[in-house]
Amino acid sequence: MDLNISLAPDVLFFLGGFPVTNTFIWSLVISLFLIIVFGSATRSLKLIPGKFQNFLEALIEGSYEFVESIMGPGKKTQRVYPLVFTMFFFALVANLAVYIPGQSAVTLYRGGETVSIFRAVMSDYGMVLVMTLISVITAQVVAIATVGPWKYLGKFITFKNPLKFFLGLMELISEVAKIVSLSFRLFGNIFAGEVLGAVMLFLAPFFIPLPFMFLGLLTAVVQAFVFAVLTLVFISMASELEEVTNE
Amino acid sequence: MDIEAAKYLAAGLAVGLGAIGPGIGEGIVASKALEAIGRNPESAGKVTPLMFVAMAIAESTAIYALVIALIILFG
Repeated sequence: MDLNISLAPDVLFFLGGFPVTNTFIWSLVISLFLIIVFGSATRSLKLIPGKFQNFLEALIEGSYEFVESIMGPGKKTQRVYPLVFTMFFFALVANLAVYIPGQSAVTLYRGGETVSIFRAVMSDYGMVLVMTLISVITAQVVAIATVGPWKYLGKFITFKNPLKFFLGLMELISEVAKIVSLSFRLFGNIFAGEVLGAVMLFLAPFFIPLPFMFLGLLTAVVQAFVFAVLTLVFISMASELEEVTNE
Repeated sequence: MDIEAAKYLAAGLAVGLGAIGPGIGEGIVASKALEAIGRNPESAGKVTPLMFVAMAIAESTAIYALVIALIILFG
């Protein structure tokens, strides 16, 4: 079987001592694309929007209203919205970019083996882990900022009674489990989609992989959405900590 | 048993057993969400995103199993 599947992304070349992988290049390309699209759109804002500006405005407004419905109106939404929307849009574009036809045919011949230049960004665990760490650390910072460091620590370590002590430990474990579950959800779904697509192409090259690709398209959108919404929920839970602890 | 055969068996078992619980759970989530939308069709816009989030959370254990299987196979 010459199915070529690896968990780690393939290294294309070394820049100094820094290994440049195919997912790294892809993520840079997508970042640049997003910067150029949104940069050029905000540079030429008109009072009467054209088609493109109209589309972007509808996108931003709709997502802003959705974030507002979870975070509640006011300053909190304004602060958290850029982070969440950037995460959603980056993950979405990164997932959908896999469906550009022909990109997996572009390969580099290196050291006796062919290495694909493009690969789904979110199938690189490092990328997903960094995004997860950003969201989890933000949630922690928000929690500490709302209830204060000592009170927040007291949520995990209390000696009031044995039951509360163990519940605090469980809370601590659940905070760590957040990192694992949030990152593996996105990574696992996208990577599994890639593997499924590769296996199906290997078994039957024509027509049979199409429904699976459609399923992958659905996962790509839903998982980007879920990642952003879970980040949003973590942050909103952290910002409402005071009300819970006062009960 | 051959170690390679044991690997494939382990990966298959991991995903197969790990997918049972989330499968049932996601079915319950979807059925309840559809029930809610059926009772109150105007709530569809509010229920659907929450349904996806709840499904994603129910899915976690399947994803863990999948990742374990992938690590066994390709890691």
